[in-house]
Amino acid sequence: MSFLQYLINGISLGSIYAIIALGYTMVYGIAKMLNFAHGDVIMVGAYVIFTTISTMGYPPIVGVIVAVALCTVLGITIERIAYKPLRGASSLAVLITAIGVSYFLQNMALIVFGADTKSFNSIVKFGPFHLGGLVISGETLVTIVSCIIIMIILTTFINKTKAGQAMLAVSEDKGAAVLMGINVNQTIALTFAIGSGLAAIAGSLLCSAYPTLSPYTGSMPGIKAFTAAVFGGIGSIPGAFVGGILLGVIEIFGKAYISSQLSDAIVFAVLIIVLIVKPSGILGKNRQEKV
Amino acid sequence: MKLRNKFKFDKRARQSLITYAMVIIAFVVVQILLATGSMTSLMKGLLVPLCVYAILAVSLNLTVGILGELSLGHAGFMCIGAFTGAFFSKCVQDVITIGWLRISIAIILGSAMAGLFGFLIGMPVLRLKGDYLAIVTLGFGEIIKTVVNVVYIGRDENGFHFSIKSNMDLNMTENGKTIVKGAQGITGTPKDATFTIGIILLLVTLFIVLNLINSRDGRAIMAIRDNRIAAESVGINITKYKLMAFSISAALAGSAGVLYAHNLNTLTASTNNFGYNMSINILVFVVLGGIGNIRGSIIGAVILTLLPELLRSFNLDNLRMLIYAIILIVVMLFNSAPSFIQFREKVTAVVKSKLPKKGGVN
Amino acid sequence: MALLEVKSLGISFGGLRAVDNLNVSIEQGKLYGLIGPNGAGKTTIFNLLTGVYKPSDGFITLDGVDITGKSTIEINKAGIARTFQNIRLFKGMSVIDNVKIGLHNGNGYSTIEGILRLPRYHKVEKEMQEKALELLKVFDLDSEAETLASNLPYGKQRKLEIARALATNPKLLLLDEPAAGMNPQETLALMETIQFVRKHFNMTILLIEHDMKLVSGICEELTVLNFGQVLAQGETSEVLNNPDVIKAYLGE
Repeated sequence: MSFLQYLINGISLGSIYAIIALGYTMVYGIAKMLNFAHGDVIMVGAYVIFTTISTMGYPPIVGVIVAVALCTVLGITIERIAYKPLRGASSLAVLITAIGVSYFLQNMALIVFGADTKSFNSIVKFGPFHLGGLVISGETLVTIVSCIIIMIILTTFINKTKAGQAMLAVSEDKGAAVLMGINVNQTIALTFAIGSGLAAIAGSLLCSAYPTLSPYTGSMPGIKAFTAAVFGGIGSIPGAFVGGILLGVIEIFGKAYISSQLSDAIVFAVLIIVLIVKPSGILGKNRQEKV
Repeated sequence: MKLRNKFKFDKRARQSLITYAMVIIAFVVVQILLATGSMTSLMKGLLVPLCVYAILAVSLNLTVGILGELSLGHAGFMCIGAFTGAFFSKCVQDVITIGWLRISIAIILGSAMAGLFGFLIGMPVLRLKGDYLAIVTLGFGEIIKTVVNVVYIGRDENGFHFSIKSNMDLNMTENGKTIVKGAQGITGTPKDATFTIGIILLLVTLFIVLNLINSRDGRAIMAIRDNRIAAESVGINITKYKLMAFSISAALAGSAGVLYAHNLNTLTASTNNFGYNMSINILVFVVLGGIGNIRGSIIGAVILTLLPELLRSFNLDNLRMLIYAIILIVVMLFNSAPSFIQFREKVTAVVKSKLPKKGGVN
Repeated sequence: MALLEVKSLGISFGGLRAVDNLNVSIEQGKLYGLIGPNGAGKTTIFNLLTGVYKPSDGFITLDGVDITGKSTIEINKAGIARTFQNIRLFKGMSVIDNVKIGLHNGNGYSTIEGILRLPRYHKVEKEMQEKALELLKVFDLDSEAETLASNLPYGKQRKLEIARALATNPKLLLLDEPAAGMNPQETLALMETIQFVRKHFNMTILLIEHDMKLVSGICEELTVLNFGQVLAQGETSEVLNNPDVIKAYLGE
């Protein structure tokens, strides 16, 4: 395969990482917590789509809409039950609770859907397209286009709407935001809702491109997307986008040109090098403690 | 004043003694249960792993609780120790035939190697803070696990052969034997790990960690945790002490890995034993046992390892991990949620005021 | 030769000249004050003197040794210790352990000796315990040696910070707004403590303060800063009567 083909595949995978990383980075920016369960929301979304499409026979678009709706509700519920009571507690306590939620979702899926790997029917029914020597699958096209649309909508939402501005304010300074009359709890809930909705979309794209589904499907992409978010500078939305795409490209190139078994190691090695050179990530803000 | 000082030294020494005593009593109880034949084979199988997890939790607490840095790559150091130790024991299987001697040397080598990696990794990454350090340590853990999965090492009469491609690439003579076989890992490590050796290793770990904490170096490490800028202002070498805590923590995790490896027939580096899942599990032991509380780490490791097995014995096999997750969330909420803490304080205040006051007794 | 010599010291942050052409010399045993309105660059000077910031230009010598651009740790070892405007104690540790951290570099045994509890561990720990208690006694904190530092009342936390700084056996002690947040009685007590420290340890002290009563009460010499530049310098009584200083403080 050609360099250009790998690049396109990398951007496609990176787009999925970017969509997941957006959820990570928004939640981190606003609630200052690492939501380790985010990857498992992807898995739940994928199972919902699988059930509506393959088991109940609805068209793919219905499956995606139902998944986005359910994951949004799931995200808000998780936040309400598990994270909200811990506001003001140590970040480590929140992290462990998030891990608990992650285990919960995985084992719930294990009980409901069983341990066997399901084969996922792609939600994209067209393609592939041939362009010169390149082969672009329908999934690739849909993934990249979705990622771009999501980025545009999200950026506009944050910069142009009142709720979006409230998000920015809360991420800058929670205390000051409260004084300005912003409802912090609502804003955080909204952030979880958006992040989880995006996770459902990411789940549908991920499982279309890599058509297997198990209770642990979301785990590794979740970790990688978290890596991507840190890579780009956690808390930064453009950072999540850049970090996600770069991570995807590095992973595919690593697989193609170096070693398919070592590709994960290469991804993490690049992350480590970037962080050592620029400790706050590519687009992150560097905050120094004042003496 | 003299008396007060004496009391002070005694207080710390007493806390340490309680911890040692707890471990020794547990050992004696298990020996009695074993002698009277009242222990199930399932429990017997858990004895060495319990020691492994307790050592891992204690060693991670040194990084998380005492140094105050979040590490999500502890299983990586365990992995290095496990493979170093198993490799050694496999090589000398026919030369050193005394089990306890073989595993003792393996433990020294495994922890030295893990400590060396802790030092090398710590040097560049300990400058990072908080969540960035967490993700980088997670990354290193995954790198170690992935790399171990592609390593092939064999030996023939010409010496050792090494490859990262396949068994064939080792280019050995026909007498050659593969020791590390890529994703299939190491098979046939002598089963030298016993509960007694595990307990001794745990006691040694406790001895090192507790004595370190209650010494000049331990104070410096905790000072960095409490206020880095102030520590620097009184001349504490931040890099040196961070590296010291991190390397010792890694070395001890390595020793736990050696013990783990010598309890298995086949040692492979999978997501479940050396991946970030394991690192996170160890962190859960530490947090639930109490951050910075060494005794708590042991208790946390033991309870959380036994809990799923207990649920299994109640015929809740399907639900056990789900219940584990729920318990984890509930305990975290109960321990750390500000509203719960307030509620608890209120209850204790009410209970205290209802109790009759004791006069004259201090 | 003065204990501390500062020659044409300056630092810029981006385009902002936070400290410009500062010349100060402090004789051994003096009590020297650094005053000025908020944002005049006082704490920045402390951060320059202790190596937290590296100066853009100028020189600093302590007791004849050039310490310009040295690290915080090296400077502490050379003999400058400080306290902080917003108190920085080791909150999770006991009062006496806070002081023992200050004694860290002066009293050594190796890690191995510590872990194996070899004789030198016991000997040095005993010495440290005695020295730390002695210091605490000076500040009337010895009865709270085992209290958690964060549980001390505010005034005592300030005292503990000074005790910790003194434990490093400095030649020059920097106090950053020691009276901040204190009531008049506490300030009075603090003035006595500072005087005592100076006599008892034969210490040279440089302090930043807003409380004019404290400054005029104990400082022998002053430097007044405004917008990073020296407005006036000299004997306390002269400086405080300087019309420029009065203008900067009271407005025109």
